[in-house]
Amino acid sequence: MTASRLLTLGPLAFLAVFFLYPLVAILGRSFGGGALGLDPFQELLGDSYYLGRIWFTIWQATLSTLLTLVLGLPVAYLFARHEFPGKTILKALTTLPFIMPTIVVAMGFIALLGPQGIVNTALSDVFGSNAPQLRVTNTLTIIFLAHAFYNYSIVVRIVSAYWANLSPRFGESAAMLGAGRVRTFVHVTLPLLLPAVWSSAILVFVFSFTSFGVVLVLGGPQFATVEVAIYELTVKLFRLEVAGALAIIQLVFTYVFLFVYSRVQAQSAVPITLVASESVSRRRKSARDILLVVGIVAGLLVVLSPLLALIERAVSTSGGYSLTHFVSLFSNDSGSFFYLSPMRVVWNSVRFALASTAIAMLVGTSAAYVIVRPGRRSSILDALFMLPLVVSAVTLGFGFLVAFNRPPIDLRGSWLILVIAHSLIAYPFVIRTLLPVLRGMPPHLKESAAVLGASPFRVFIHIEIPIIARALLVGATFAFAVSMGEFGASLLLVRAEFTTIPVAIFRLLGQPGEANLGQALAMSTLLMAVVALGFVAIERFRYRDVGGF
Amino acid sequence: MPLLEVNRAFNSYGAVPVISDVTLNAERGELVCLLGPSGCGKTTLLRLIAGLETLDSGTISFDGANLHSVAPHSRGFGLMFQDLALFPHMNVYGNVGFGLRMQGLSSGAVRRRVDEMLELVDLVNYGDRKVHELSGGERQRVALARSLAPAPKLLMLDEPLASLDRVLREALQIQVRAILKEVGVTSIYVTHDKDEAFAIADTIVFMKRGSVVQAGPPETLFRAPATELVARSLGIRNIIAGTIVGASEDVEIATSVGTLTVGGPAPAEMSVGDEVLVLIDERQLFVEPIHDDPSADVIVLNGVVRERKFRGGEAEIHVTVGNDELVSIVSSADPRSDVKAGQDVCIVIPPKAITLLPTA
Amino acid sequence: MSRSSIVAAVMLVLVFAVACGGDEDSELIIMTHDSFDISEAVIQEFEDANDATVVIQKAGDAGEALVRAILEKGNPSADLLYGIDNTYLGRALEQEIFDTYRPELLDQVPAQFKFDESGHVTPINYGYVNLNYDVNFLAENDLTPPARLEELTAPEWKGKLVVQNPASSSPGLAFLISTISYFGEDDEYDYLDFWRDLKANDLLVKDGWSDSYYTDFSQYGGDRPLVVSYATSPAAEVFFSETPIDVPPTGNILIDKATFAQIEGIGILKGANSKDLAKKFIDFALGTTFQEDFPDKMFVYPVNQNASTPDFFKFAEVPSLPADISANEIGEKREQWIQAWTKVVLR
Repeated sequence: MTASRLLTLGPLAFLAVFFLYPLVAILGRSFGGGALGLDPFQELLGDSYYLGRIWFTIWQATLSTLLTLVLGLPVAYLFARHEFPGKTILKALTTLPFIMPTIVVAMGFIALLGPQGIVNTALSDVFGSNAPQLRVTNTLTIIFLAHAFYNYSIVVRIVSAYWANLSPRFGESAAMLGAGRVRTFVHVTLPLLLPAVWSSAILVFVFSFTSFGVVLVLGGPQFATVEVAIYELTVKLFRLEVAGALAIIQLVFTYVFLFVYSRVQAQSAVPITLVASESVSRRRKSARDILLVVGIVAGLLVVLSPLLALIERAVSTSGGYSLTHFVSLFSNDSGSFFYLSPMRVVWNSVRFALASTAIAMLVGTSAAYVIVRPGRRSSILDALFMLPLVVSAVTLGFGFLVAFNRPPIDLRGSWLILVIAHSLIAYPFVIRTLLPVLRGMPPHLKESAAVLGASPFRVFIHIEIPIIARALLVGATFAFAVSMGEFGASLLLVRAEFTTIPVAIFRLLGQPGEANLGQALAMSTLLMAVVALGFVAIERFRYRDVGGF
Repeated sequence: MPLLEVNRAFNSYGAVPVISDVTLNAERGELVCLLGPSGCGKTTLLRLIAGLETLDSGTISFDGANLHSVAPHSRGFGLMFQDLALFPHMNVYGNVGFGLRMQGLSSGAVRRRVDEMLELVDLVNYGDRKVHELSGGERQRVALARSLAPAPKLLMLDEPLASLDRVLREALQIQVRAILKEVGVTSIYVTHDKDEAFAIADTIVFMKRGSVVQAGPPETLFRAPATELVARSLGIRNIIAGTIVGASEDVEIATSVGTLTVGGPAPAEMSVGDEVLVLIDERQLFVEPIHDDPSADVIVLNGVVRERKFRGGEAEIHVTVGNDELVSIVSSADPRSDVKAGQDVCIVIPPKAITLLPTA
Repeated sequence: MSRSSIVAAVMLVLVFAVACGGDEDSELIIMTHDSFDISEAVIQEFEDANDATVVIQKAGDAGEALVRAILEKGNPSADLLYGIDNTYLGRALEQEIFDTYRPELLDQVPAQFKFDESGHVTPINYGYVNLNYDVNFLAENDLTPPARLEELTAPEWKGKLVVQNPASSSPGLAFLISTISYFGEDDEYDYLDFWRDLKANDLLVKDGWSDSYYTDFSQYGGDRPLVVSYATSPAAEVFFSETPIDVPPTGNILIDKATFAQIEGIGILKGANSKDLAKKFIDFALGTTFQEDFPDKMFVYPVNQNASTPDFFKFAEVPSLPADISANEIGEKREQWIQAWTKVVLR
């Protein structure tokens, strides 16, 4: 009992110390330490601008989520049910958009779809100068496209990991009962996948809801979300009390939303028989299967094309293709105090990401176990554990500075603040990927092992980890990715020696000039390469000899 | 002293009592069957003994020691679940050897024991098979081998054959009993199927709504069921309601088919005026066109054959007597089986075929 | 040992690791914004001369760094805050986060750059925010750079300009202030009228300088030949070009009263641990070694009139008559201006 008490207290303590305490500290500060007045709330709710922002945020997040699901599910199917050459690499590539800094992605879109981009150049080459111009940048459309582009890998990863261990018998028996492919999917497969679909959908929704960079860089300030409004109120208008009030409104809304969602997800969970993924892949392929695979792969490549366009730009110079930009990354021509060799920068990113991933796995796994325990409180806790993802980054960032500013815990200036911030946004991924598997795990497996003489710890090691391993790896992938691509918190605390890859990219793009752009793109290419390598390594990592679990 | 003693056990789920006041013993080497309709608490009782649930009150002792504070993994018992719970990420070898590895046996010892077990359940050379490649019967035997491998001091089996088809189930019942007896392990076997219980058990414990209704060897239960439910659950069909009208020397019972006189003193708890159930063993009563032996000490009733069915080598003759129906089972080789539907017959009941049961 | 104990152990280690973080006496911590840059050798020189270690913490953009300093008031994590410009000075002074210090070398700074009469913030560098244009684009489309801001509302400039949101970007705010200086607040055709017309003329607003410059400016793949940037940007284009060039690909549009002189300064945070060292650093930052080092890194001008600038700064023309709005006035009205602008342009 004490062990299980500790298990509950561990993640809760982490949340309380590193999330709730800073949040309360900054909100207390925002309201001047005095009683919580209603004035800022009245000001907000009486202002149609802020009400409009809240409404816009909700509906754009909803639409973005739906679009992302539509884009992600076919790819999830591809990875869950088919084996083909290059699958591991392609799988690693699909997750890349998730980690790219928004401005770099924006440049990818521009290179492809911009006024002077590949598509429009081709159009005018074919149809002449009066050719129809494709305009997507700085429109509402591109916000949806970009959210789908950024987040579809969440759907792909989480759903395909679950799908891969779902017995095909269900679908087959539906087929025997006369259901066609589409009806089998809609009436049988999709309901069985629901726990995983819910898991990914909530993450996509939350990411679209709190979207900041995508909305601003690709859409422009006229499409400001609540998150943007909080940022501007805090940093530019110094209206801390109004920003705090808006943050509270955002928090309350999302908490209620998450709570309801958690209820729904818990209800959608059904214990199902899990089978080894090897037995699930379709081995004999019909021509139709091959066509489907080729089609989805082609679609995927189109989705990834903005990134390919970036790489192309990184290696092109006025004198043709060359590695000039990469080479110049290695020299500190101006003798800058802030220069770090790309090796050091990559190492910084990797070590922070590894540390964050480790913490996120510990906290996320134990939190997931707390949540699946039966009881009425599970949804309350579930929603609570998700909050770090939805709270405004700037609010939490300043919260850290206010909360941990005195010995014995003065985190200001320590790299720990970075790692903790990264793990706070990474561990919800671990929770969300684990929940469907934990809820779907037949309870008798653990009990069987216990009766056979395995202590709870050995049950965890020998039975639970192998079975949740796939989900755990997906969680690790995202935790790693979140940290590698994280940017806001990294910018709030940068000492030269802590420079990460996204920070280096941002620094290069802070000044005009071709060389800066070239080096930024080279750095972005490096980021993609490092992360892709990391993904492949995680993918190759197998827990003992358990194979596809 | 019994090996396993469950003494006045209570358990509830929320406010709903699941097990109430269960007392149960198992001797060393005994095969005890928990029989009863689904939802009667059989599985919960198993889980209590395994330590997967905790008692509200009462004790469970094994070999004289109270199990209260012993964790499931330290009890040294085996439990085979209805869904078998084979570990999907391990092959047959990994599954069967799991408990042995948990005991810290060397890999050589594990291998020897696993091979031994696979031989016992007739699955030699199946070690490398993946679990999902096995047929239903093979999985059942793997699960049995896995439960037996660590040589459990007590083996519990929760409806282990329920998911199999009838033919396979009957074949495996015999095999399972043979294996359990060969190993000599004390076992508790849960089933809702009386035929399975009769085929397997040394002792049957009949449960209803969380309580033990009756416990004893199969023959005892069948001969002297404690309640109508037990009787009906055991498949006794000849049950007639009546009232005791005389108990001075022979017991006389007034029923819808006439007054039945049963030799010998009435059971102590019965007296004149009590309502009782008359149970008649369908294998001991018989049907004759004419009963012409008045000297024999039997009860003779008149009736009409409603139907005659053949089951294997036996005939099942349904006879309408008044408002009731009695069934007689005789060998189809017996000339007494040669009756036709609609024929008037005499029903001959030897007194020893009759059991009296007080009504609830 | 269970999972939970591992979690607990890790947390304990974390807490201890944090608690045992060392603090050295001769350490000088400078908080600044993410665009700050300086040579390692220069910092080294200061460290050697004063037997000190310099730690530079970047705390986001200038606004974020200032909010951080305000939140940390009285218990600062740094000794110095570098990067307070004339758009933020009013806020910084109002919050009283700085101690006063008047270095002797201020003698060598021309009066127009001494933006804080109260003596809290010492000016270090300055630059100009103005419109840049894409030379090739204008040539190919037979356009000449506008001589007056009003021209921008004409059809020929429809869809040609990208600016930054003054609510989030420093050059964006600087350009807004330029238009206020140029058109006035209460004139018959005031700055809001101008912005209304700009909006009608397909104005594009982006959130930050980087995305407007690298995704919307026609020089870098966008379709807007006019962008709000710095007077030094054309010089930087020359400096950072891939192949050596003599003529910058972009040009400055310097309209009287429609450019903004952005002055940046440094101040000692109240409650600083190393106050003496901080003073020495301010002296050092006004000296020519420091002043001559940053122009080719940050592309700003040194305030010390004795400091020289690199050759290629000849492409960074200095406007003759920048906007004449004081730091005080900006401090008082910036929120009001930003909100008015937001209502007209974004809503």
